[in-house]
Amino acid sequence: MGFFRQVLVVTSKDLRAELRTKEAINASLAFALVILVLFSFAFDPLEETTRAISGGLLWIVFAFAGALVFNRSFTRELPNDCLDALVAAPVSAPALFLGKSLANYVLVLAMELIALVVFGVFYNVHWTQFFWQLMLVVALGNWGMTVIGTVFSALTVNLRLREVMLPLLIYPMLLPALAAAMQLTGYLVTGTPISSQNIAWLQMLAGFDVIFTAVSLVLIEHVLVG
Amino acid sequence: MSAVAVDGVWKFYGDYPALRDIRLEAPEGSCLALIGRNGAGKTTLLRTVAGFMRPGRGSIRILGKSPRETETRRSMGFIGHGIAVYDELSAIENLTLYGRLYGLPDPKKSAVEWLERTGLERVRNGLVREFSRGMRQRLAVARAFLHEPRVLLLDEPFTALDDRAIAVLQRLLREALAANKTIVLSTHQLREALELASHVALLARGQVAFHGPCTPEMVSDPGYVYARYGEG
Repeated sequence: MGFFRQVLVVTSKDLRAELRTKEAINASLAFALVILVLFSFAFDPLEETTRAISGGLLWIVFAFAGALVFNRSFTRELPNDCLDALVAAPVSAPALFLGKSLANYVLVLAMELIALVVFGVFYNVHWTQFFWQLMLVVALGNWGMTVIGTVFSALTVNLRLREVMLPLLIYPMLLPALAAAMQLTGYLVTGTPISSQNIAWLQMLAGFDVIFTAVSLVLIEHVLVG
Repeated sequence: MSAVAVDGVWKFYGDYPALRDIRLEAPEGSCLALIGRNGAGKTTLLRTVAGFMRPGRGSIRILGKSPRETETRRSMGFIGHGIAVYDELSAIENLTLYGRLYGLPDPKKSAVEWLERTGLERVRNGLVREFSRGMRQRLAVARAFLHEPRVLLLDEPFTALDDRAIAVLQRLLREALAANKTIVLSTHQLREALELASHVALLARGQVAFHGPCTPEMVSDPGYVYARYGEG
């Protein structure tokens, strides 16, 4: 079976299992919406400073809500020792990793798109003004979060305190990607498009994605087989 | 060529050596029963042989290749302590998934065939979380045999099985041996294991205390190996 077919089999398995239980997506979405609404009470949406920091607020919500999805990614394999069967199957570790990453990506993206609409309503920002540029930032930022979240989910799956350890490990690693995504989102929702003035942030975000995807693909076999 | 060859394998948990210089061989078409008290290292050895963890020292070859090679994994079936099927998926979805992962030409057809062989065709669309324990175990057996592996690694396969599941598993294991497949199984149920075994290895404190052919004395008195070579 080809590499990409293996990836799709793992992705479809994870998505099917998640859609049956809706454990991760419900928790993630509920968390994102509650935090966005609570923040909207804490900050006056008509003030300019609120708009200036809204990109940061949005990505903090994405990062925290995303961690709930990443936590479930490999934990889902623990009941009945399913992870053993996956590791024993003739599926390459990178294919397994990419399959799980793609499933996480879809779930987190769904949460982000719904949260974006709520964000637009409660924060009085023009998030549709540069819609496709914002989508590019969301897509790249989401992939960066997903890659790091998935690889650390594999790393912490056998730890007793994995729900605590995963966020502690991924947020420091995500700092460059989150900083770039926050800056770019801040520009876009306050009416400044991506241009030569701020494209370095986009390059940094794309570079982060490429580097950490490559590193994760190389290391995942060692992460899965102790 | 030995189907399974373990050569000087050590495995450490921190500083503690769970396996100490293990040397074992299972010829092709044989059934090696790994026996030993709790904590002797049977599960660690089987998991290391299956490639779930790397040995600290020594080497393992399955059909002449490393356990982590794709071709080796395609030839290997494993039943561990867990049933390794997904509660949220149905029986047919689980087996079709594994059929796809093992690259079977027609995963759904193989899945249906194995559901019939394990007496689960009636509940093929039922979610596994709704299955009884015996049904779950039979599905685990179907999952392990689905891709017709040449080497079967079974960690206490008879534990917690109902009589029907034991009968199904014993029949399948006999068929596998008749088809020149190799079985390595760890167990505390000596009678069931020794009826199948051609070779026996007794582990004690991470070491091989005895390794040799299964003799009529062992079959007639399952406690013989412990009394003769073990800790009594």
